[in-house]
Amino acid sequence: MTTATLERLAVSTDADVVRVRQAVRTFAQQARLSLVDQTKFVTAASELARNMLVYGGGGDVEVEVVSDGRRTGVRAAFADEGPGIPDLDLALTDGWTSGGGLGLGLSGSRRLVGQFSIDTAPGAGTRVEIATWSR
Amino acid sequence: MPPVAMQSLAQILTDHADAVRSAWITAVADELRGRTSRGELEREQADIFDALVEGLQRGGERIGDEPFDQLRGILSDVSSARARLGFTPRETAVGVFALKEGLYGLSAQGVTTDVTPLLRLVDELGLFTFESFAAAREAIIVEQSEQLLELSTPVVKIWEGVVAVPLVGTLDSARTQVVMETLLNTLVETGSAHAIIDITGVPAVDTQVAQHLLKTVVAARLMGAECTISGIRPQIAQTIVALGIEFGDIRTRATLADALVDALRSDRRTAATVLA
Repeated sequence: MTTATLERLAVSTDADVVRVRQAVRTFAQQARLSLVDQTKFVTAASELARNMLVYGGGGDVEVEVVSDGRRTGVRAAFADEGPGIPDLDLALTDGWTSGGGLGLGLSGSRRLVGQFSIDTAPGAGTRVEIATWSR
Repeated sequence: MPPVAMQSLAQILTDHADAVRSAWITAVADELRGRTSRGELEREQADIFDALVEGLQRGGERIGDEPFDQLRGILSDVSSARARLGFTPRETAVGVFALKEGLYGLSAQGVTTDVTPLLRLVDELGLFTFESFAAAREAIIVEQSEQLLELSTPVVKIWEGVVAVPLVGTLDSARTQVVMETLLNTLVETGSAHAIIDITGVPAVDTQVAQHLLKTVVAARLMGAECTISGIRPQIAQTIVALGIEFGDIRTRATLADALVDALRSDRRTAATVLA
């Protein structure tokens, strides 16, 4: 079996979030992350994909295995063309939610992964990129 | 004039029926060796062949035309049957495309008429078969996911006064709703005071899953039942901590067995208090 190094998935329904989770898990295993890191990364991906669906009206996910020659890692990017986040500091505060959730999705996923970057502006959509490297 | 041409093609097919069909069946039998018997294939092909010839005689040109209604019916029956039996798309489509083998042989039989319209029709038939096959597969998938929804949420009584829900797989809003309803109903029906939700089979606990769990526990409490969440594996525990989810005063245990022992103990304490 050939192993894909990059996969793109569209997220527009709840079932797509499940597919993203499964794809991300496969990639995390390929990148030889530890079981704990795998679970953390998958959970973060699940949060971000759902955020995209609930607040951004759906979007695209890109997952890939990356390597710097010494270590391997997994990277995922979540891009939507939704309303964007007006106050990023507030959105990254634990317990704050504009919907009906626990308010831990965005802030929590930042703690679950190795690298976390977010690019957003009101009306310009949101792009979140996460990566975790094997140890 | 196209209708006349199609009808004369029907005549050619009838005249060379044996040669065409034997080449057709040989090609299919090669591909499907061991999957289905030759007798079955012959019956199937006889039906398709007859319906095709009849459709042509009645002036059908394209697969969507009314004269081919019966043919389409047969093809979709055959392909959905194949989808259910686990045939691959290739094995299903070859049953129709192999008809071309028979048509290619026509010139060797001394037929000089251009049979291109027939070949084109066979392509359309193949595509139609493929579409029916895919539709049947879709239907099977939908069916299965509905079955899973029901199957995967059994509430079992594991002791007098203790019920448990072993959760397996993905928890979305629809499933949690089913779990919560069946759990609360079973609590009433069995008169149980303890409920154990076992999440050993849940691969990832994110904030949505946690929120659903918390709501279920609170609902059970409102009904006077004590709810324990068990089966929290090490990687899940670390993820929950990093995510910052607070389970508060909800009782959690590593295994279902621990949770059961716990429930029995607190039951005994309650019984002792009542007796005293």
